[in-house]
Amino acid sequence: MANGETYFGTARGRVDGPAKVTGSARYAAEFAAADLAHGHVVSAAIAKGRIAAIETAAAEAVHGVLRIFTHANRPGTAWRDARYRDEVAPPGSPFRPLHDAKIVFSGQPIALVVAEDDATARYAASLLRVRYAAEPHATDLERQRGQAYVPRRKRTGIAPPPKPRGDAQKAFDAAPVRIDHEYRVAVEHHNPMEPHASTVIWEGDGRITVHDKIQGVQNSLGYITGVFGLSQKNVRVLSPFVGGAFGSGLRPQYQLFLAVMAALDLKRSVRVELTRDQMFTLGYRPATIQRVALGAAPDGTLQAILHDAIAGTSTFEDYQEVVVNWSSLLYHCDNVALTYRLAQIDTYTPADMRAPGATLGVFALESAIDELAYAAGVDPLEIRRRNYTRTDENEGKDFTSKELMECYRLGAERFGWSRRSAAPRSMREGRELVGWGVASGAWEAMMMKTSARAALTADGRLEVATATADIGTGTYTILTQIAADALGLPMESVTARIGDSALPHSPVEGGSWTAASAGSAVQAACRAVREKLFSAARAAENSPLANADPSHVRFVNGRIVLAADPARFITVADAMRAAGLERLEEEATASPDSATQKRYSAYTHSAIFAEVRVDAQLGVVRVTRIVNAVAAGRIINPRTARSQIIGGVVFGLGMALTEESLPDHALGRFMNHNLGEYHIPVNADVPAIDVIFVDEHDDKASPLGVKGLGEIGIVGSAAAIANAVYHATGTRVRSLPMTLDKLLPEKPAGRA
Amino acid sequence: MNRFAYLRPTDIAEAVRAIAADPSARFIAGGTNLLDLMKYEVERPTRLIDITRLPGLDAVEETASGGLRIGALVPNADLAHDPRIAARYPLLASAILAGASPQLRNAASTGGNLLQRTRCYYFYDVGTPCNKRAPGAGCPAIDGVNRIHAILGTSTHCIATHPSDMCVALAALEAKVHVAGPNGERTIAIGDFHRLPEDRPDIDTTLAHDEIIVAVELPAEGFAGHCTYLKLRDRLSYAFALVSVAVGLAMDGDAIGRARIALGGVAHKPWRVPEAEALLQGRPPTEESYAAAADRLLAGARAYRDNGFKIELARRAITRGLAQAASGTPQSQTDKRIR
Repeated sequence: MANGETYFGTARGRVDGPAKVTGSARYAAEFAAADLAHGHVVSAAIAKGRIAAIETAAAEAVHGVLRIFTHANRPGTAWRDARYRDEVAPPGSPFRPLHDAKIVFSGQPIALVVAEDDATARYAASLLRVRYAAEPHATDLERQRGQAYVPRRKRTGIAPPPKPRGDAQKAFDAAPVRIDHEYRVAVEHHNPMEPHASTVIWEGDGRITVHDKIQGVQNSLGYITGVFGLSQKNVRVLSPFVGGAFGSGLRPQYQLFLAVMAALDLKRSVRVELTRDQMFTLGYRPATIQRVALGAAPDGTLQAILHDAIAGTSTFEDYQEVVVNWSSLLYHCDNVALTYRLAQIDTYTPADMRAPGATLGVFALESAIDELAYAAGVDPLEIRRRNYTRTDENEGKDFTSKELMECYRLGAERFGWSRRSAAPRSMREGRELVGWGVASGAWEAMMMKTSARAALTADGRLEVATATADIGTGTYTILTQIAADALGLPMESVTARIGDSALPHSPVEGGSWTAASAGSAVQAACRAVREKLFSAARAAENSPLANADPSHVRFVNGRIVLAADPARFITVADAMRAAGLERLEEEATASPDSATQKRYSAYTHSAIFAEVRVDAQLGVVRVTRIVNAVAAGRIINPRTARSQIIGGVVFGLGMALTEESLPDHALGRFMNHNLGEYHIPVNADVPAIDVIFVDEHDDKASPLGVKGLGEIGIVGSAAAIANAVYHATGTRVRSLPMTLDKLLPEKPAGRA
Repeated sequence: MNRFAYLRPTDIAEAVRAIAADPSARFIAGGTNLLDLMKYEVERPTRLIDITRLPGLDAVEETASGGLRIGALVPNADLAHDPRIAARYPLLASAILAGASPQLRNAASTGGNLLQRTRCYYFYDVGTPCNKRAPGAGCPAIDGVNRIHAILGTSTHCIATHPSDMCVALAALEAKVHVAGPNGERTIAIGDFHRLPEDRPDIDTTLAHDEIIVAVELPAEGFAGHCTYLKLRDRLSYAFALVSVAVGLAMDGDAIGRARIALGGVAHKPWRVPEAEALLQGRPPTEESYAAAADRLLAGARAYRDNGFKIELARRAITRGLAQAASGTPQSQTDKRIR
């Protein structure tokens, strides 16, 4: 009963686009209730110590203030850590807002002022006087790196470094060509457009509806019921639209705890929305110091890879991500030694941020490979081809598919790589130095167990539903396409519902797994409906399909037709009427195939090419061209897919050139906590970005043959730009972002 | 944000009386900076005096001496796109367009632009000490995150920079600021309008609390043929200057006749050194001439922890700016390639 594909693989506009551009799509802080109260968070000014006293009298005296919650008067919540541990929590003891007088990071929420309106809450919050007993803090990873340790408990879903292969140190010492450097990337904060917010609607009788900015409503549901001891039937979490998140919405954030706490205590609806500067008190891409040492034969063939990373984490959780494993995944090498350690600093726990770990590790690796290319006198693209691997040497498995070689070929062709002159500083135009760089990218193509429901009604409309999220990625649209194809309906007849904890189970939307997971679940549910519908169609009186086998029919344009004779059909509506069905509803679960997983590794790959122009005297960098060739299995919707890749590239451009959360280690605090001084790229910084989707057949990574696109766009971007900057200037910047001060050429001779 | 009274006077005299009566009152026009400062609790005015309805402050008019008088309420965007400004004072138009975003330039007023406060991180974060917010509290920027801070004219109390682009051009053009107060009008030279931090970094300008800016006057000389505004920053638009340079030259045959150079992003005020400009008089437009002027402009520059690069960056920006102006090829604010 394989159906033709009308929509799968075709460029479609977003089905939720009109709602978004007309403002009818509502976000967490836009829901209201007649009894809505507003909470404003008060943030700690020190990084470590205790609250000696909070004077609340002046704030309480403000007309309209309802309650000021602090550690001294907060309602009781669950005792055990396990209750606070959400789906994606790293090992450790999750942060508990207002738990006690202890301060463990700067910006920690220490009070919630709840008032009749937001302005009153905010004003009253400014009247709180907090006295601290400060203790010496340590926020500088450079000074704590000596304390680094291998995390005892591993984070679920995060592969630790593979066991060493061969003798990397010995091979490195003996190698004719060697590269050995440290690489750094500044701390970055996610900075989605929509600030984190939770609106808790008090429904009476202890029931609440929670509008939360979250990438997984069921993750928030589990957190709320665990922490506050509520029954699942009394809590519903909704997050139909998310204004960007990039990983910051994977874990429930502290505003959710505070809003639910206040609503349950006051028995009325409460909204808590963070300010932009408070967005810099959430998790972040961790400071990570990496060392990459490569040894190679004179022709650039790798003989040794050593990659060590030390990453910052909080004092209460061992946040982990995959940083170093990429070094022995992307290239063939017999002698490999990779290590990953953590060092504790007095900040909040870092958080997954778009392609967590890979952006950092691949920047270091792909910079080092570039350095090796120059040292060996081999073209940077050729050295990557020369060290290509066809198998996952970390796991000793074959790939489900890997068309990276084709990415290199097609990307190079589109970019015009063959016209590149080899030497740094050799492509000058007037005052500008032109540079071309390349980097590879990889990200795991994961699929997670996900359930979905499909409901067909007699009017020919189909609704598909699963609890996943759409964080701007296009989930609504691709689910609609998949469902429409499965039942041969026009997309206009299909509605996708997501972002509701009452819907069938879905994991958080993250890790680039949603298209494969939710997509496969929706397809399975639709197929279950199709089987029932086919039975009904065959049983209908005088059915033209009476003797048909499922393999003989197609579902096309609201009809079930005989493939051999399309003139013979029964409409979906007639089939349902004949069976007396008003509604045909099926639920199905799609899971990854464990036998396949045991035998194969699944990854997306990319080859990204960048052109930069650097003012020779002033160090000002402009990225003028990007070509990104991506192999990610089948592409459901080339239009939304392209947007995903473009977004990733821009994110990587920010990492390469502009984004940096600046810590003041004396104060233990990030200082540039606003979008004026934290520099996300603006339009002027972003060139035309040419995205190529390379044909890649994959029948193992997921039932749909798709691999996911959320992360792969960013992975190689920073390295490609850094490599282009080196080619332009001859200056190797190993510390991102490459602000112009790092590119100011040496002072002319003879000048003081 | 604190609670405040709001009033909307209908003439300048009433506005001046209102501000004179309340030391914690503030004028508000575009509000593009003040509202941010209020949200961050940096400014807590008891009274906002909305001057946007004051008559007679929204025009650009010819002066008897051949210059232009710009009303204090003329929006930055209108000013930059005024044909007389674009033709006779392209340096000013260019500087305005180098700053902020179209939305902000639409809202921001000429007078308000003169009164922008620094973008020092610490000044905006009431969780940290700051001598500009609370004299005597201390300055964590001096030994802290100071990559964007001043290299010239700093004090042991404050190393903040003045953030405006427009004012750097006004300094190079030797504009005058007309202000009204309880005792009538007076005129302040732009070079005397902003002050160095010294031991009172809380005071940005020489404008008294009970005075209001009514106009900015441009003299006749606009250096229209040979000028540039070159702004170097951490992204290609919508960022404050790390270093900016406004240059106006009057050429005398093949040599430089008169020169004006003002720097932004390096001090608590737009930075001018007349002796540096004098060094260029009668000199050929060469790298050597420019370097001598740059050295004189940057004499006494001091590097703090993170901002030492600004000294060399400023030197090169001055050199490039002078070359752009001399060759009559001013920096475009839309094409981001530096000329």
